[in-house]
Amino acid sequence: MLAAADLTRTYRNGTTALKHVSAEFAPGSITAIVGGSGCGKSTLLRLLGGLDRPDGGEVFFDGEPVLRPHPAIGVVFQEPRLMPWLTNAANVEFGLSELPRALRRERAAAAMALVGLHAVGERWPKELSGGQAQRVAIARALVAGPSVLLLDEPFSALDSFTRSTLHEHLLDLWRDIGLTVVIVTHDLDEALTLADRILVMKPYPGQIAARFDVDLERPRRRGTRALEAIRQQIADLIVTTANVESLTS
Amino acid sequence: MTSTLPLAAHADARVQTRRPAVGGRRIALPLGWILPIALALAWEGAVRSGWSNGRLMPPPSRIAETLWALAVSGELAAHVVATSVRVAWGFAAGATVGILAGALTGAVPLARRLLDPTIQALRAIPSIAWVPLFILWFGIFETSKIVLIAAGVFFPVYLGVASAVLSVDRRIVEVGRAFRLSRPALVRRVLLPAILPQTVTALRTGLGLGWMFVVAAEFMGASEGLGYLLVDGQQLGKADQIVAAILVFAALGKLSDAGLAAASEPFLRWQDRHQDGI
Repeated sequence: MLAAADLTRTYRNGTTALKHVSAEFAPGSITAIVGGSGCGKSTLLRLLGGLDRPDGGEVFFDGEPVLRPHPAIGVVFQEPRLMPWLTNAANVEFGLSELPRALRRERAAAAMALVGLHAVGERWPKELSGGQAQRVAIARALVAGPSVLLLDEPFSALDSFTRSTLHEHLLDLWRDIGLTVVIVTHDLDEALTLADRILVMKPYPGQIAARFDVDLERPRRRGTRALEAIRQQIADLIVTTANVESLTS
Repeated sequence: MTSTLPLAAHADARVQTRRPAVGGRRIALPLGWILPIALALAWEGAVRSGWSNGRLMPPPSRIAETLWALAVSGELAAHVVATSVRVAWGFAAGATVGILAGALTGAVPLARRLLDPTIQALRAIPSIAWVPLFILWFGIFETSKIVLIAAGVFFPVYLGVASAVLSVDRRIVEVGRAFRLSRPALVRRVLLPAILPQTVTALRTGLGLGWMFVVAAEFMGASEGLGYLLVDGQQLGKADQIVAAILVFAALGKLSDAGLAAASEPFLRWQDRHQDGI
């Protein structure tokens, strides 16, 4: 299990991005982290992924401290961040350098099929649409077979249709592989569509303001009374914490 | 002297790839030839019609005759080989040191703070100012010439590589870290491919400067080489020989630049370039 224990992160400029943040991410769950700008969502995700070190507290995976990027934790960034000099297939293979070439190719093809991409492996990233590029990035994160997938606003730059399609792909992957998913988003609808649990963060310093369990069947239809009730509570909370901070700061 | 700017070569490539493909091959309109051919024909006509005597600026036909005579006697080949070998050695040395120093100052902040200010100050010194010192240090023969060319090549390559390393996208480097690449693997798999386009541009600029500096080097007292042909032509009042040598410089510069561009092209196909102009 992935867990954050009492994390604090202060940047060189003195900004405390996170203060005493603790959370546990149950195996096979989908957790969405939401909140206004500057509330430390992405900082928390980077710490969970071992991409940054906390000033206080620790991240644990299966009881072991995460001190650097962990092979069982895949990360998908806000932008696809594909290597433009590698073909799409080679981008997916990027995380498998220690394996023989034939095996790498086989696994990369399987990972691309998993995200619904076929016949683009030998093309360049520049030839992909935004949605396709992000799917290649997801395949790259999945190719080494992680048990946790961290996603940092991965669909924010995509149109609503592509976003919905990728939500379905992500849910299919989650069901098929049994992944633990942690997704940072500022889109409440996205959080409500995907997550079992939503962590709402507040800024200055970044802390978890509330946790909401979303015990609703999937697929979830927007606009239903139950979803709207949770949505309204979260939206009110985000506005309140932002207003309180702006009044006190 | 010649310095084919990479930009011009890219522009050529754009013009050539604009034409529709016929039978699987693209038709390249040689637009770049129109202006020089028109100027040559106009000047030939001006001399033949008596408008100019062509003494200080000979007509193309006389230059062609001089070139032919130099080629038939074997003299031209000897001069071309001498100059090309100097440029090759100077370019190899200057580019190697430039790449290493640029990579070092680009990647290591301490090295940047220690070395870059001095290198930037040295860069501001006019190339010709080095000539007396290089002759004192390395003598009048080949070493001083090659060192001068290497100095000319070094600065643009250094600057290009250092700025390329500094401008590598932090987010791409983070992907490498996310996949637990070791530092050498990060350099090999992320940094080097990322800086390749700017490095190629820097090398092409350096090569162009190498052809410029070889002239200054051969003015230092060479007994063969295209620079020697220039000096000899000036001393004997042979304008046709001077222009012939200049044209050979232009051809060699263009050919070497095209060779470098062609050699690098397979490694840069991934670039997302605008092909049709702005």
